[in-house]
Amino acid sequence: MTTVTQGVAPPLARRQVAPQALWKKVLKRPEVGALGGVILVFVFFYCIAPPFRQLAAFTTILYQSATLGIPAVAVALLMIGGEFDLSAGVAVTTSSLAAAIFATQVFGNVWAGVAVALVVSLAIGALNGYLLVKTKLHSFLVTLSTFLMLQGLNIAITKLVTGSVATDDISTMAGFNSAHAVFASSITIGKVNLSIAILYWVIFALIGTWVLLRTRVGNWIFAVGGQGDSARAVGIPVKKVKIGLFMLVGFAVWFTGMHMLFAYDTVQSGAGIGNELLYIASAVVGGCLLTGGYGSAAGSALGAFIFGMTTEGVIYADWDPDWFMYFVGAMLLLATVFNGWLRARASSR
Amino acid sequence: MISIQKKALLAMVSAAALGAAFMAPGVASAAAPAHYTFAMITHGQPGDTFWDIIRKGANAAAIKDNVKLIYLANPTASGEAQLIVNVLQQNVDGIALTLAFPDSLEPMVKKAIDAKVPVVGFNAGGDNWKQAGLMSYVGQDETVAGEAVGEKLNTEGVKSAICVDQQQGAVQLEARCDGIKKSFKGNLFVLYVPGYDMASAQSRIVAKLQQDSTIGYVVTLGAPFAPTALQAVAMSGSKAKVGTFDLTPRATSLIKAGQLQWAVDQQPYVEGYEAVDLLWLYKTNGDVVGGGGPVLTGPTFVDSTNVDDVARFAKTGTR
Repeated sequence: MTTVTQGVAPPLARRQVAPQALWKKVLKRPEVGALGGVILVFVFFYCIAPPFRQLAAFTTILYQSATLGIPAVAVALLMIGGEFDLSAGVAVTTSSLAAAIFATQVFGNVWAGVAVALVVSLAIGALNGYLLVKTKLHSFLVTLSTFLMLQGLNIAITKLVTGSVATDDISTMAGFNSAHAVFASSITIGKVNLSIAILYWVIFALIGTWVLLRTRVGNWIFAVGGQGDSARAVGIPVKKVKIGLFMLVGFAVWFTGMHMLFAYDTVQSGAGIGNELLYIASAVVGGCLLTGGYGSAAGSALGAFIFGMTTEGVIYADWDPDWFMYFVGAMLLLATVFNGWLRARASSR
Repeated sequence: MISIQKKALLAMVSAAALGAAFMAPGVASAAAPAHYTFAMITHGQPGDTFWDIIRKGANAAAIKDNVKLIYLANPTASGEAQLIVNVLQQNVDGIALTLAFPDSLEPMVKKAIDAKVPVVGFNAGGDNWKQAGLMSYVGQDETVAGEAVGEKLNTEGVKSAICVDQQQGAVQLEARCDGIKKSFKGNLFVLYVPGYDMASAQSRIVAKLQQDSTIGYVVTLGAPFAPTALQAVAMSGSKAKVGTFDLTPRATSLIKAGQLQWAVDQQPYVEGYEAVDLLWLYKTNGDVVGGGGPVLTGPTFVDSTNVDDVARFAKTGTR
């Protein structure tokens, strides 16, 4: 009698645990909610907007998403690490302005400008991180200050150097063609135009995901954002991680800035304001918590994709343009609420 | 901790001081002391080429007339109204302003008039300046300019066009699109794009061209968007032509290259220049220019026939 029960019980228990663990493993991922949102928004516009169904429309949407998604990957990692960066939007403009100004006024070659811009962007990131660590102020306040300062510097220095508030056209300069090929080329397949930015976006999201899930640094980022004091207690270099994350945002911002510069040849120094909120929104829609310690890099890509589909979808649907921003806001809210609902159901199961 | 905060504070202060040292000292006045102080208040977004050209014109007039010029800008209605209060407290001798938000600015304009400070309008408010009590107005009638574009589209036999607006809700931009609608016999669709986000602007134009393949013309309301619109047209495989309101050096070179069809020039340099000069003429000679009507600076079309003459001046940033 006893031998029978002993023989039957263990396999039963294993069968109960195994399928549930798999369910939870998939559904508890932070990006699952966003994936639900993507499907919801996609099906919605697929049904009501005929042009949305074409491949060409899809690549336009991907491009719009990529320009938000590239910085959003870095912003997501930063948010998982428990910090904000409000300066990311104007920092994109700072980076392209720095490249254009140094290329046209100092070196005469765009690649030198690109290199200087990288140094400038990383330095801004390092400064954000350093001020945060040293002053112990909230990152919201530190980066708000740099946001405002950069906004002023963008205009003031551009005007001081070039005499006007936009940079000169760089498309005739030495090195432009190779730089354009690297940062802003596009491949035409049939009637479809695919920007290289889309490729970079996917690569960055994959690298970000790999770092978070498979490396020691990834574990550090989660620990620093979730339990800062405990992380410090077990010997994680909290300050270095935070400064590093801000510099990572600097890198992503530089990359986006280079794309904008070589895709559009000149830069208006007032550009970029407000985009930081879209990066943060992409990360949050993609599953990052505003309090840190939880989120995903792939999710931020899905968040940016939802935003891209919504802004373009409203046009494909031919809705009244006066209502444009309302529709975008409402669709985003819907996608986010649905996303949260799905996540809540997943974790209660 | 405290010493670190102090250090950070010190660093901030010295950074601020450094910034102050860089700031341009307004208009360098000529040898003689300035006779008057005028204020120029606009709704321009900082870092926008168009407003920079207006400011250059205003500075040129201020130097020639030997007056001190205070230039202030705020893109919101309440912000611009507050700036009027600010300059009245500084006891300026005259105010030149853009009447972009007539209802919000009117009470402040009344205050200025009560204080016997002459106020002229420029650039925006062509329909409201008289009612608001402004002395004169210099600029382009935006509705008339829009109508001129509509006529142009008619003569080219266009069936359908889009009007790309970069600042949803600004009256003078709405007036341009409305003007086109008035005279254009085909379909006009207004497309809003956010500020100076070129990637978004491009994607949205591409999306619209994909959505409606009958579109034959893209009209941008700001010249920095013209190159972006051209790219969007190429990307979407559309046959649409591109024209723009206002000019930039880049737009000029695109017209030269035959890619951009035309630009409707309201001559912002003249607007800034005349606005200051009108105040000076009134203060020194009691002149009211325009005889109760607006002083028009546009619309003039810059296209392949006259672009070479304009290009010389566009290079120096005054056209």
